[in-house]
Amino acid sequence: MGKVQQANKLKCFHCGDSISGASIPFDAKEFCCAGCKGVYELLSKNNLCDYYSLDENPGLSLKNPVSKVKFNYLEDDQIQRQLLQYRDDKISRITFHMPTMHCSSCIWLLESLYKLEKGVSHSRVDFLKKQLSVTFDHHLCSLRKLVELLSSLGYEPSLNMNDLEGKKKQGNNRKLLYQVGVAGFGFGNIMLISFPEYFGLDSFSHASFSRLFGFLNMALAVPIFLYSAQDYFVSAYKSIRKGIINIDFPLALGILVMFVRSSYEVISHTGIGFFDTLAGLVFFLLIGKWVQQRTFDTLSFERDYKSYFPVAVSVVRNEEETTLPVNQLKIGDRILIRNNEIIPADSILLQGDAKIDFSFVTGENDPIEKVLGEIIYAGGRQIGGTIELEVCKTVSQSYLTQLWNSEHFAKEKVSSIESFQSVVSRYFTVALLLIAFGSAAFWLWFDPSKSMQAFTAVLIIACPCALALSSPFALGNSLRMFGRGKFYLKGPDVVEKMAKVNHMVFDKTGTITQASESAIHFEGATLDNFQLLAIKTLCENSVHPLSKRILGYLQLPKSEKLPLENYLEIPGKGIQALVDGYQVKLGSWEFIHPGKDAQQELLATRVYIAFEGTTSGCFIFNHSYRAGLKEVIHQLGSNRKMSLLSGDNDSERIRLQEFFPEATQMLFTMSPSEKMLYIHNLRESGEKVVMIGDGLNDAGALKVADLGISVTENTAHFSPGSDVIMDASVFEKLGSFFAYAKDTVKVIHMSFFISLMYNIGGLSFAVQGTLSPIVAAILMPISSISVIVFTTVATYLFARKNNIFSKESL
Amino acid sequence: MKIMFLLIGCSLVLALGFLGLFIWSVRSGQMEDDYTPSVRILFDDKPLAEEPVETQKK
Repeated sequence: MGKVQQANKLKCFHCGDSISGASIPFDAKEFCCAGCKGVYELLSKNNLCDYYSLDENPGLSLKNPVSKVKFNYLEDDQIQRQLLQYRDDKISRITFHMPTMHCSSCIWLLESLYKLEKGVSHSRVDFLKKQLSVTFDHHLCSLRKLVELLSSLGYEPSLNMNDLEGKKKQGNNRKLLYQVGVAGFGFGNIMLISFPEYFGLDSFSHASFSRLFGFLNMALAVPIFLYSAQDYFVSAYKSIRKGIINIDFPLALGILVMFVRSSYEVISHTGIGFFDTLAGLVFFLLIGKWVQQRTFDTLSFERDYKSYFPVAVSVVRNEEETTLPVNQLKIGDRILIRNNEIIPADSILLQGDAKIDFSFVTGENDPIEKVLGEIIYAGGRQIGGTIELEVCKTVSQSYLTQLWNSEHFAKEKVSSIESFQSVVSRYFTVALLLIAFGSAAFWLWFDPSKSMQAFTAVLIIACPCALALSSPFALGNSLRMFGRGKFYLKGPDVVEKMAKVNHMVFDKTGTITQASESAIHFEGATLDNFQLLAIKTLCENSVHPLSKRILGYLQLPKSEKLPLENYLEIPGKGIQALVDGYQVKLGSWEFIHPGKDAQQELLATRVYIAFEGTTSGCFIFNHSYRAGLKEVIHQLGSNRKMSLLSGDNDSERIRLQEFFPEATQMLFTMSPSEKMLYIHNLRESGEKVVMIGDGLNDAGALKVADLGISVTENTAHFSPGSDVIMDASVFEKLGSFFAYAKDTVKVIHMSFFISLMYNIGGLSFAVQGTLSPIVAAILMPISSISVIVFTTVATYLFARKNNIFSKESL
Repeated sequence: MKIMFLLIGCSLVLALGFLGLFIWSVRSGQMEDDYTPSVRILFDDKPLAEEPVETQKK
């Protein structure tokens, strides 16, 4: 064991993987594989070794090189036209999505691409979006050559069906930035011009100044009123037409009244107006909007099968291989699928050894073997050699993709959970209007000259600026805290939903079980060294995933081997051979004991071993549950109902019962649509449901639930219809995340209270008809800023309390 | 005090200039990616070694 560990310390200079077995020395450096060495050679030849000095072992492992045929389709003119953003007779431009980009060295190398390839004139990285845009001369370097170069460096761009469908929308928040800019410009200048007024300097300045200042303020406020604030008017108008009152209604009303009254005062020379308050209000509101909008660019929450399926596939026609865009596949087409490629449509296996990894569909990581003539569903990934298939359903009609044609995917997700802000703003608006009309009526009775003043003053001072800011800032901030804890929310409204759900539905495989490391142990007689070696020799001859795992479990040195004869592998059963003259069999119960009654498969997969016909024992592969599962369930289950849905049989029921509370409903052998229906029924019965799942088979359930959380080992993976993408490594914190969501809502409540206090204070001036512009100008920013500071600090402290993120990540 | 009119005019022109700069920066995409430039600025550009090779060829 000591020896092994020592060897492990040797790291590949390029990718940093520990080198097992013989290393490949080159240039006084050690490499783990020829691929890594190749990249180093290429870079050092082109004087690009800075790559290695920027970050330690920055490279990407090239142990599984990409086959060159894979990119044949990039020669196709139609596909090229769809992928390229721009093309003239000399220059092309394309933007790649590159999930493997991970460090500053990557940025440097990808932006130095022109040094490696003459045809590239310019390349630029957007690290947060993991995008690379390249401008290149397609006469010197074809698109295919470019993609091959990138792949050979380890940066394989992900090209998928989504890229073919329309160009990505871009810069949708630019308008907001312009609005913020205009409002900020107006706010600053109006404050400056209003300064003399605040200090009462008016008395010794000319009257002409105050008139000029008034008109200047008005001029500056016009673009704010017409451009920066326009979204509030639109939103208020829309909500009224729908018969709802949202927070934007009192805001829009306040802004409108402020502008009209101030303009009247300035034009009629009766005062200086509230333009400073108006500008500040709009400016702060827009800042709040901007804070809320900044979410996670890198993650896509609505990724469907299109972003997973390849752009094109190899088709055999008239004994010739051509490439065809996936969406043009027709029934009866013969397609070739190579190692690691995805089957794009339901098809029948015609030739080759099919070992299909359906992990993306089911979350189950063991490849499934298929025999000739069997139907293979779309979405599986072939592991091993090339296979030939005949398409029996088009891409859009395939089993998986049909999920998207179901009605639940067609409509926007509607949630029964209403945000606190929209509830409050309804009451708030009614109360506000009552007070405004009430004070107007009161003054009409006593002193009609003050009536209009009091009415407008109420609407101005009670304009719920601080109220409108507390939600965006609290939610936006907690969104970032969650993000630091590797728990990525789709939008701010998700936090409130998290706080309110009362029924949790878990998927089993891949969600609460760990896909990567099923625990293995051996049961039976102690094996001696010779026997261990014999098993190892036998397993080495098989590519079956279970053999691979037994090899990993045994951890014997690579060099030792025994002579092997008569090797035989029976798919789905086991393997056998004469090892050093001894008969060794490894496989299922039926394989070892033909004819005897099958022992009951209990909780786990078993692989039996027999020497010369006598069984020595078996390897047991347990599905291991995620670390902290018990604590998480305990924490969450105390005041919520629970359900467990699984596509597997109920062999694990007993073990699972140890983890879940007694009342938990456990349903096994559920199909994707049954899961969806189950959630749908729960919601119909009034429950607020959160679905925690993974993989495509949960997609429907994630979509119909009030809240869908997808657990994934790789955040760049597939995650359709989910509201939250959660890194599997933080599964044990799930309980804290929900607790933090509740705390965030508490913070919102508190800040609503604070802003209400300010409003009531201001209103007491307003109803008396004595509101001066200076009081409004002071009250508005103070209330806004104190709410911003309070929510920011409080959400941070609660995040610390709940241990949302580790301190190192600060 | 007449000078005030000129000063206010100047300050507004200046502020409008800044607003213009801001709009230009948004338009040219500087607000799209606020992370990568912070890394990019740390890269040293070494003189290219290819140049002497080329002169040798000549």
